[in-house]
Amino acid sequence: MSSPIRPRDADVQAIVDRGFGSLAGARFLLLRVVDGAAARQWLASLAFASLALAKTTRLDRVRQVAFTAAGLAALGMPPADIAGFAPEYIDGLAGDSSRSRRLGDIGPNAPEHWRWGGTPETEPHILLMLLADADDIAAFEAETLAAMPAAACTVLLANVTNGTLGREPFGFADGLSQPEFDWDDRITPGGAPDRIYRNRLKLGELLLGHANEYGFVADYPQANGLGLNGSYLVYRQIAQDVTGFWRWLAEVAGENGAMELAETMLGRRADGDSLPGLDAANGDFTFSNDPDGRVCPIGAHIRRANPRSGDDPNGRHGFLPDLISSLGLKGAPMHDAVASARFHRLLRRGRAYGPMLAPLEAMRGVDAGAESGLHFVALNASLSRQFEFVQGAWVASAYFAGLSGEQDPLIGSRMPDPAGRPTDAFHYCTAQGDPRLLTGLPRFVTVKGGAYFFLPGLGGLAWILNQ
Amino acid sequence: MVQQRHLFIAAPLRDERRSELEALLASMNRLPGQADPANSLLPFGQLAELHVARFVIMDDPSLADRATLGTSLPASEPVYLAFIADFDGDEALFLDALVALADTGLRRIFACCTDFARGSDLLAWLRAHRVPTAANYVNWIGRTARQIGEEQALHEALRSARIAHPDAAPEALLPLLREAARAVPLTPIASPTLGERLGDWFDLLLLPVLALILSPLLLIGMIPFILWLRWRETHDAVLAPVPDRARNNMLSGIEDHDITNQYSAIGSLKPGLPRRWLTVVILWIINWGARHLYPRARLARVNTIHFASWTFLDDKRRVYFASNYDGSREAYNDDFINKVAFGLNVSFSNGLGYPRTDWLIVGGARHEQDFKRYLFHHQIPTQVWYKAFPGLSNYDMARNARIRAGLEQPLSGEALRRWIAEI
Repeated sequence: MSSPIRPRDADVQAIVDRGFGSLAGARFLLLRVVDGAAARQWLASLAFASLALAKTTRLDRVRQVAFTAAGLAALGMPPADIAGFAPEYIDGLAGDSSRSRRLGDIGPNAPEHWRWGGTPETEPHILLMLLADADDIAAFEAETLAAMPAAACTVLLANVTNGTLGREPFGFADGLSQPEFDWDDRITPGGAPDRIYRNRLKLGELLLGHANEYGFVADYPQANGLGLNGSYLVYRQIAQDVTGFWRWLAEVAGENGAMELAETMLGRRADGDSLPGLDAANGDFTFSNDPDGRVCPIGAHIRRANPRSGDDPNGRHGFLPDLISSLGLKGAPMHDAVASARFHRLLRRGRAYGPMLAPLEAMRGVDAGAESGLHFVALNASLSRQFEFVQGAWVASAYFAGLSGEQDPLIGSRMPDPAGRPTDAFHYCTAQGDPRLLTGLPRFVTVKGGAYFFLPGLGGLAWILNQ
Repeated sequence: MVQQRHLFIAAPLRDERRSELEALLASMNRLPGQADPANSLLPFGQLAELHVARFVIMDDPSLADRATLGTSLPASEPVYLAFIADFDGDEALFLDALVALADTGLRRIFACCTDFARGSDLLAWLRAHRVPTAANYVNWIGRTARQIGEEQALHEALRSARIAHPDAAPEALLPLLREAARAVPLTPIASPTLGERLGDWFDLLLLPVLALILSPLLLIGMIPFILWLRWRETHDAVLAPVPDRARNNMLSGIEDHDITNQYSAIGSLKPGLPRRWLTVVILWIINWGARHLYPRARLARVNTIHFASWTFLDDKRRVYFASNYDGSREAYNDDFINKVAFGLNVSFSNGLGYPRTDWLIVGGARHEQDFKRYLFHHQIPTQVWYKAFPGLSNYDMARNARIRAGLEQPLSGEALRRWIAEI
């Protein structure tokens, strides 16, 4: 925890570097602005923790804030009129049917079925993230809202998390393998070393106004410091059919085999350990010694979410071999279907909600009586190249890494591909090395809401609130 | 061996019939931009040799760039209607089949062009309006539409058999799969004839031999060329405007209805003879490399392109680029930047406003944001796009070919498991 304090730490909201795992209570308040001036005045009276503060103090209450494009407009600052905002942000997560199609938000996951964010009427304007101890979070929420003038905002939803940290409702360890960031600007990206996967990314993949993995500062709203040290926050509420998931597994693999199959679909052990046999030479594991998915299936959830691929699947072997590889004259095309993961990473800050069932209870048909799921929250600097790419080309795609007819085994929508072919299969190898093909995977998750937010730096926030 | 051919027909459009043509072309689609294979104007699905085809109105939004960056170029160029097709075998036979199938429909469409008269001989008119393509890429030279269709049917039959026996051990599954395969007719794959092999060798040797013969001249020319190039590279302006959201949403609307997407881009070359000659030479080399270095499955490291082509227009003042690629546009652009930036730089850096390159291959597309904006600036909608095998990616087609090849071999042990895993 004793990381050095850098000047910019005072300008970034703490959540860009801290998950606050010590604070088990969380509320994600979705607000709609009624009176922009009153809302600005109220927000200006609230304290939002900076990273510098989080580094110097053990915070027991943390408040963070982000705005949708509609929210900025409601506060009198329409982002479409400000140069530098990402077009995806201005359009919104649910604002364009082509985007929904690309992201797999179709059929039962289509925005028209969402509880929030799917239509202009249910679109939130402000996201207030409140974190505190489990026994203090209700009071923190009440105090925050009590200070809100009735004329300022209405509460669209107060999303409550379940206090379980590091485990999602299916029972798997979650929030592992986060990217690290090069806060001190030491990485020069794009050279031969990047042929090998690395987990540390240029800061410009997280924060606006900094050099990204291409070595350039991408456009961002520069005027008045609005965008500097800000980030785009993707929030999706995903309901998980825990009972349906484990019952299906028990049906297919028996009560004794269900966990092993679940871990194969996940791509790691339920407790977070990597599958034995993967290359873990450099600390964290990669799939470099498993190009055909014999250990970890190509289509497994964690492999889709981050294939841990360097810029070249053939690795780094010196100038001439590298040149031959770069010219595409070496290796198999299939093994080069997914490269350069460093351009497509997300920092996740989500939390689970609803009752937690033990797998065995769920297998035996126990119904928790209430919806469980994940408030998926991710930060990135480029919505198109990071979140939308990961979601569209990797997770939701039935063609990830050259596969066909299968989506993410845990979170796929199972909607037929555009050509009408099924996407409900899953390929894997048994521990004995026998290939297996499962078909007819049911849908285990449903998108219930979502929006793109802009998480400003504190200087940018001050400009928004005091303009 | 049957070769894949590229047909490019273009003629200037009558301005006053533009909206009529757009409505006509839209009537051929079942989804935005996606051709109905059975549409009444040109039922693409009945052309057995056809892989992909498109109608595109070549209205160049980047012509205005000439006012600032290319004042020596004409301010305007014609708006063309183009019909582009990639198909198997002989061009004359394909054109005959095309006219026999869709005489009325094609007449209605091309009547919107300036020099198409009611009584025109359609076949002769089409022939007369062919535009030669400077460079052409085929993902898998020699793989016919028939082969793709048969191998997909084979895969489906094998997959059904595999799904029917989910717990069978590989050795027990093999005879069941062989049995299932027997029901699927497979036309033998033709190998190249001696003449074709010799022609191929001649073509392959042409570039190194020419390079060798011209090497003294090339060496002498190298110094002024490099001086000129470095001067231009450090002085040419970049034009990569912020994308217009409405136009982006319009282009997105005709994308991602299939794993494969169409791509159309058009733009001016930088003015001056050296740029023109350089482009001619580069596209000639790309065309050579596509045939001889990358005949199967990949173009350098890009594995997602089914067919792509570069075509000069207007006395080589402009180039039109057509591609048929797997995945979304963003993923395609990223593939370009991350895997073949050098190739992109070589092939496009003579374009007006291209992001700054160094030594022809460095930089350029690596300026990610500028490069994506440059591409967007030049991308135009493809009004009608047809693909004979919806749902099939290049990986699928290659996998199907491997499955077939495996079927024709004795399989056991590890090889058998790997083969079954692909089904």
